[in-house]
Amino acid sequence: MEAVLFFLAAIGATAGAIGVVALRNPFYSVLALVAHLFSLAVLFLLLTSAFVAAAQVVVYAGAVMVLYVFVVAYVGSAHEADLDPVPGQRLFAGLLAFFLFVEISAAVLSSALKALGTHGPDVPAGFGDPAAIGTLLLEKFLVPFEAASILLLIAAVGAIVLAGRRQRAAGPPPRPAEPTTVREEVLTR
Amino acid sequence: MNISWYIVLSALLFTIGAIGILVRRSPMVILLCLELMLNAGNLALVAFSREVGNAQGQVFALVVMVVAACEVVVGLGLIVAIFRRKLPLDVDDLRELRG
Repeated sequence: MEAVLFFLAAIGATAGAIGVVALRNPFYSVLALVAHLFSLAVLFLLLTSAFVAAAQVVVYAGAVMVLYVFVVAYVGSAHEADLDPVPGQRLFAGLLAFFLFVEISAAVLSSALKALGTHGPDVPAGFGDPAAIGTLLLEKFLVPFEAASILLLIAAVGAIVLAGRRQRAAGPPPRPAEPTTVREEVLTR
Repeated sequence: MNISWYIVLSALLFTIGAIGILVRRSPMVILLCLELMLNAGNLALVAFSREVGNAQGQVFALVVMVVAACEVVVGLGLIVAIFRRKLPLDVDDLRELRG
């Protein structure tokens, strides 16, 4: 049963990943990535990490993908040119990716990780559930947890500054006398 | 199920993401392929965490998710800013840092 689920989820994840790369319309690429993320959540559940699977579905497939869909709808699906700017770029990319795959697999599988060929140890019933992860996050990893929240805040402010509407969008803009802040832009809008 | 299967699958997904970054030219699809690679790393982290029997690797995977979310927010902000300035959304045309 576990093997069947694993292979179903693995095929789903691989198909989603190939879809992201191969589909021409960015909107379909986003949808393929959502399918890929759901398959990965199944794999996380098989690895007895329920909280990471739930976070994957809620945060990634829920929130981040909605952001992508909005931006794709805003920007529109511009057509990519079909011909390669560098001759043989796809061939070289394929070759490089093949060797990368062989190299990563060989490096991991032939390493001295003795336990890699097993199912892993038998874990207690609460392994990877929200209580265990929450205890880890708030006791042992409190500083990285807070650093992550500050990083998110900085990223949100940075995105507002980057994507905020400029007053003089066209032409070479004359430099403003003082550096323009978000607040001034909001006030002068 | 053998843990090494998960690791090989993770390597495969990482490789597919790398192909996408090398081949595609829309910055949005390149961001999507970056997500693929980060998620492949997440899968490897969770698989190793299961193999060792220690849940700390899953905390690492959650931190990777946070960093990926930040990267998406900043990257999409850049894409919206590029689009507003009516520049082409093509990484071969966007090769100058001067706006």
